[in-house]
Amino acid sequence: MKRIIASTVILMTMSLAGFSQPKYLSRAGHIWFYSKTPMETIEAHNNQVACFLDASKGTIAFEVLNKSFKFERALMEEHFNENYVESAKFPKATFKGQITNLKDINFTKDGIYNAIIEGDLSIHGVTKHITQKGTIEVAKGKIIAKAKFGVKPEDYNIIIPALVKEKIANPLDVSVDITFDPMK
Amino acid sequence: MKRNHVTFKFITMKHIANIIAVLLLSLPLLSIAQKDDDIFGMLDSLAKPQTDYATATFKSSRVITGQSVEQMKEGQFEFRIEHRFGAVNSGFYQFYGLNTGTIFLSTEYGVKDWMMVGLGHASLGNTFNGFVKLNLMRQSKGMKNNPFTITYYGAMTADGTKADPTLTNYFADRLGFVNQFLIARKVTNELSLQISPILIHRNIVPAAFDQNNIYSVGFAGRYKITNRMALSAEYYAVYRSKDNSVKYYNPLSVGVDIETGGHVFSFMLTNSVGMLENQYIAQNTGRWSKGDIHLGFNITRSFTFYGKK
Repeated sequence: MKRIIASTVILMTMSLAGFSQPKYLSRAGHIWFYSKTPMETIEAHNNQVACFLDASKGTIAFEVLNKSFKFERALMEEHFNENYVESAKFPKATFKGQITNLKDINFTKDGIYNAIIEGDLSIHGVTKHITQKGTIEVAKGKIIAKAKFGVKPEDYNIIIPALVKEKIANPLDVSVDITFDPMK
Repeated sequence: MKRNHVTFKFITMKHIANIIAVLLLSLPLLSIAQKDDDIFGMLDSLAKPQTDYATATFKSSRVITGQSVEQMKEGQFEFRIEHRFGAVNSGFYQFYGLNTGTIFLSTEYGVKDWMMVGLGHASLGNTFNGFVKLNLMRQSKGMKNNPFTITYYGAMTADGTKADPTLTNYFADRLGFVNQFLIARKVTNELSLQISPILIHRNIVPAAFDQNNIYSVGFAGRYKITNRMALSAEYYAVYRSKDNSVKYYNPLSVGVDIETGGHVFSFMLTNSVGMLENQYIAQNTGRWSKGDIHLGFNITRSFTFYGKK
């Protein structure tokens, strides 16, 4: 009988611990990309990125609608959706991965930590395994994740015609800035 | 024998209870594990409800010669050059139509995303043209569901030819007016269709029997063959009384659109040499069956005056 009680207590604690493992969400993450060439500057922002972070396992994921990228020039936005990422066929870009140096990050203590994130980035129907550096900032119960990396359009089967090749930087600079709130 | 008996007893007693406890207590863990497997499903449900508007129903603001539902966005400026050569049946001396032609130049501007204005000049009839295009409804799905994009097109033309000294000439006689509704649907990513009833009023007509008001319905479509290339066709069915001074024919055009960044090139074959509504719809004399076919092109160049922040 003692064994039953003991194991029940242990299991309950484990189970409760499982519940209290912090999970974080954001529905207004910011992802933008930037391309600067002598011919043209292209900048597009998306402030409606849905994101998930599981601090116990280091799982991080985000999902972005291509059509929510806002360009300064309407024609660029149209061409981005129609000709490049083909939003009608591939409406979303997604990422799911792991923080590989989870032990270096203390989610309960305020501070800025370097993070190495590894996972699958899917754009335009093509999935690539990538490893990138970023930062995780813990501030008053919120988590701010930031990263900046390069994306080559041809890696994701996005064809840039020869005529406009010198107008678009390769790789494009992609920046991620997400403020997570604890999941309720 | 004894050991077996003990083992049996051991399993029946405490471990069944333990197993049940483990199963019960791990249920919440299981449900979390399941959630992790379907992170994107959860992120989908998290995303704000969106309205997905149909964009790029046509490649440019004209299907071929007639208007399309597309218009310049706010702050966007476009310069447009349209050209129609002579008829291919005009023989070798006219180099099968390429020696002659008419031209239409236009500057067009997006005042608001829903409002566009334009000012142009056509060499045919030395005609000046001013227009406004107002978007009334956008095709969308999601939060808002609309099956069609509807745009109003209103234009005024002024004939700039020299006055006939044998007549009393009023300025009002030079004017013509166009009212049109453009109703389009992007059926699939490739196929777009448009129907466009139009009323053209001319203050003066060539002969007493000619109608001042011309009613017509336009039918147009485009099919994308690649992301940057599309085929298009356009036809206007015109209602005419039988008493017209000259026999007129309905305009039919087929074309190809090629888009390269800020330019759109359109090449077409058409039986109409005019490029304004009161010319190609109201008084088109060309017939496909007689070989009155004109090669033509439209070239547009877009500039952005200012963009959205």
